[in-house]
Amino acid sequence: MYTTDQYEGMIAETVTMKGHNGDTINAYVARPLGAGPFPGMVVIHHAPGWDEWYRECTRKFAHHGYVAISPNLYFRDGHGSPEDVGAKVRAAGGAPDARVLGDLEGANAVLRSLPYVSRKVGVFGTCSGGRQAVLAGSRVKGFDAVVDCWGGRVVMSKEELTPSQPVAPIDYTKDLSAPILGLFGNDDKAPTPEQVNQHEAELKKLGKPYEFHRYDGAGHGFFYYDRAAYRQEQAVDGWKKVLSFLERTLR
Amino acid sequence: MCTMIAHQVKILGCGKSGADWFEVREANVSYDHPYELSLEHALNIDFVNEALGPGARVAVELSIEGARQLVKTIQAVLAQADQQGVLEDRPLAAVTSPARTGA
Repeated sequence: MYTTDQYEGMIAETVTMKGHNGDTINAYVARPLGAGPFPGMVVIHHAPGWDEWYRECTRKFAHHGYVAISPNLYFRDGHGSPEDVGAKVRAAGGAPDARVLGDLEGANAVLRSLPYVSRKVGVFGTCSGGRQAVLAGSRVKGFDAVVDCWGGRVVMSKEELTPSQPVAPIDYTKDLSAPILGLFGNDDKAPTPEQVNQHEAELKKLGKPYEFHRYDGAGHGFFYYDRAAYRQEQAVDGWKKVLSFLERTLR
Repeated sequence: MCTMIAHQVKILGCGKSGADWFEVREANVSYDHPYELSLEHALNIDFVNEALGPGARVAVELSIEGARQLVKTIQAVLAQADQQGVLEDRPLAAVTSPARTGA
């Protein structure tokens, strides 16, 4: 718990890292000052882009004692305002899963190479990032906790599969190698409560450790204070759930 | 984004972003999260020129009812112009706008 008499310092900056196929991409890193060791967090930005909310989110994890890295998953799609780049990726049907997983694996490797990072690394994402966090928990080795905030299209119909997103994340559940926390709004349309039920049933069936919380009066993106979707009460409780889960799984 | 419902159509036209006009060559139409409109999902149209980079973009985000009305209105206007014999059509590849070429 933070107290008013404690010392706190943080470094936050843009860095470069190696991502999928050894490509150089950029990333935002925030870490507490000190020798650590601190657990690591890979922070997956949402579909609208690598934006200010995600920089704040990355710093929030650092404030709570994690070395956090948020790779720019749209690096290869050009540079400009996060919104313009995000709109370009939206038009392309989203970032390819294989490329995203390569970038997340690279971010994990960066954290594990740092002398002040402990042996525990988690992954957090919202919206498409929630879906990608679920994928990473199954497809990338080295994650010790997964946080999926309202990730849509974890459950996908055959018609929704595309060459860049060829497999529904739920179909990889048997390979999930870390406990998963899920936060969902009951008014969400992507994922619907029924899809969350399907995901939960699959986790239960395969004996995977999970913790799902569903909020009435909330839809998609209820953490986003800059959107009409923001729900103060649910967001405050949701953040408590996230931080409590990470305390138990990464420390 | 979360629905991934997106289509692209090649177009010929100009769009205005800030004080400047530029040639638009593609329209990206999606039903997905908007950036500004206070809806979870919206009908989004980005008029872009991919050759000029992500910033060459004129964006609109529409409610469903607004989008449907817009489609009907465009069709009605084109039909009326056709009836009056004033439609001027040119193949997409035939015209190059004198608008700015820098990003």
